Amino acid sequence: MTQMNMVSAINDALRFEMQNDDRVVVMGEDVGKLGGVFRVTAGLQKEFGEERVIDTPLSETGIIGTAIGMAMGGLRPVPEIQFGDFIYPAVDQLINEAAKYRYRSGGEFTCPMVVRVPVGGGIKGGHYHSQSPETIFVHTAGLKVVCPSNPYDAKGLMLASIRDNDPVLFFEPKRVYRALKMDVPEGEYTVELSRAKVVREGEHVTLVAWGAMLLEAIAAAEEVKEQGVEAEVIDLRTLWPMDTETVVQSVKKTGRLVIVHEAAKACGLGAEMVAQICETAFTHLQAPPRRVTGWDTPFPYTLENEYLPLAHRIVPALLETARF
Amino acid sequence: MNVLVKPGSIPPNAPSRKLFSVLDDNGQADPETDPKLELALVRRMYEAMMRNRLLDVRLMKLQRQGRIGFHVGSEGEEAAIIASAAALREQDWIFPCYREIGAALYRNFPLQSYMDNMFGNVNDLAKGRQMPDHVTARQAHFTSITAPIGTQITQAAGFAWAAKIKHQDVVTASYFGDGATSSNDFHAGMNFAGVFQLPTLFLLRNNGWAISIPSEHQSRSRTYADKGLAYGVPGVRVDGNDALAVYAITREAVQRAASGGGPTLIELCTYRAGPHSSSDDPNAYREAMDSEEAQKRDPVKRLRRHLERLQCWSEAEQLAFEERVNAEINVCVEKAEAAAPPSIASMFEEVFEHMPPHLAQQQAQCVDGPRTRKRH
Repeated sequence: MTQMNMVSAINDALRFEMQNDDRVVVMGEDVGKLGGVFRVTAGLQKEFGEERVIDTPLSETGIIGTAIGMAMGGLRPVPEIQFGDFIYPAVDQLINEAAKYRYRSGGEFTCPMVVRVPVGGGIKGGHYHSQSPETIFVHTAGLKVVCPSNPYDAKGLMLASIRDNDPVLFFEPKRVYRALKMDVPEGEYTVELSRAKVVREGEHVTLVAWGAMLLEAIAAAEEVKEQGVEAEVIDLRTLWPMDTETVVQSVKKTGRLVIVHEAAKACGLGAEMVAQICETAFTHLQAPPRRVTGWDTPFPYTLENEYLPLAHRIVPALLETARF
Repeated sequence: MNVLVKPGSIPPNAPSRKLFSVLDDNGQADPETDPKLELALVRRMYEAMMRNRLLDVRLMKLQRQGRIGFHVGSEGEEAAIIASAAALREQDWIFPCYREIGAALYRNFPLQSYMDNMFGNVNDLAKGRQMPDHVTARQAHFTSITAPIGTQITQAAGFAWAAKIKHQDVVTASYFGDGATSSNDFHAGMNFAGVFQLPTLFLLRNNGWAISIPSEHQSRSRTYADKGLAYGVPGVRVDGNDALAVYAITREAVQRAASGGGPTLIELCTYRAGPHSSSDDPNAYREAMDSEEAQKRDPVKRLRRHLERLQCWSEAEQLAFEERVNAEINVCVEKAEAAAPPSIASMFEEVFEHMPPHLAQQQAQCVDGPRTRKRH
């Protein structure tokens, strides 16, 4: 066991898998010599050389388009999009190509790759360094979307994602990158994709979150405990395909659901989860499901802590839902 | 394949505005540029081009009869497509646009498989999931066809990159039209290939039209080959209706790429003699005169005149060939038309490697649910 933050845990996962599998290549803007603007790929180019840790020109469609070609050519590319906010030039390649290759070719061609995407707010980045664009990709059949909340899961999910034979978007919450350290095993372990985790048991209300908001959810749960409300907190971990079953089982126990996400409310992943719970567990609900999310505005700079669904906004939602 | 190509036809640094050609309109080869290919190879290219032409005629009729939903043909561009594919080596990969089925067929992709795709039936390798003419042909080293114009260009560069990293002797070729030079992926693909000296060929079919938009509205560059200059990628212009010229230049570019010389942009100057697709009516935007000029320069007829000059083809052979191909097409059409549509359950397969629960649930809902009266 070593104490690691999320940056070093992902770095450790990449290093392990590059040693383990020579098909793995890392590519993107500034990922080589600099080690990435967040240093997630630090030291990899020195260890594995310029051919496997590639500083690319500044073009997201070029990065993802060539990564798709590499994946088809037998490599396991791990391209980085420097900020989630800059992924849009590559959306054509992700939605029309990576997501569809297996389907449209009847399984003749696949694109196993992991697109690393630093996402989310809380770093004073304004709306070009803070977005959470998961909904676009969840809505696109053929893509997997992962978002760890802690260093342990980040390493295990990264190894599982690289070994997965479908394209995975790996959303890294920037706010968590260096926010906490925890024991992370050295060497190999994986965290299974599409498996949510109950991180705190409770009987009164189910609280679902992921990424940076998981910490806020736990803080909110501790706060309402003092008022006699026990929240069961679920870390979704993989956003798509979603582990609805774990949420359903919890809601069957608590009868109440609150979902937290940074992304805007309209058509956010919370909306899909509410719909699924209503379809499958309606008779178990004792209160209307609630969403605590980013507002339907662009992500602001100065007032980012008003935009984010932090604990101060989660607490009243939990209490109101529990006492409905 | 033992091929003699005169070196030096591709300028190393500056794009050439000179149009490289071998055959004149009468099929006479210029001894200065003639690659002197084996006659069996030239005949094979001619037969593939002629077969492609016959297929286009038949498929357009099937579309007009309402028996297939769509067709995008390659009339007038057969030399640009087939002679370039012929110049690639067996291990090389093609990243096509949507007009290069002739390249896959040249590489022995079965005509029946193509026809199954045209009908989107249960035997279609794409399992009825794509429009007609969007085949997948892995066995021919020919990737699954896509519609967004330029996305295959960066992918071809990436595949070549993988080969380079793995030290494999593989060259890739992306095909695209003149319209695609305006796309993001043309820029990104050329740039990445230039920076990393990737073994890839950019086969630009300049057929004069992007649906209704003429070439001069697509770019202010004097030639498309000029565009290579900005990326440090050699650009060369070839008479795309001259199969021997297309072959010679493509072969030279393959050899250069395979020996570490980097990418090449090849502007194949041709003409889209037919409509953009079965959904298009060119009378709305262009004069018929253009087509007459193209008829004179018809790549299939030109190569036939060349073979006839060499006593390697005759009217009798032509008639027998047409009869044989049309019979072959008939058999494939009959079989493809009679085949069932894909199973309803198959619509949910291969979204992911393993079917997640939500898709299994939707699959059951769809299979067990109410049926449409519309035919598939």
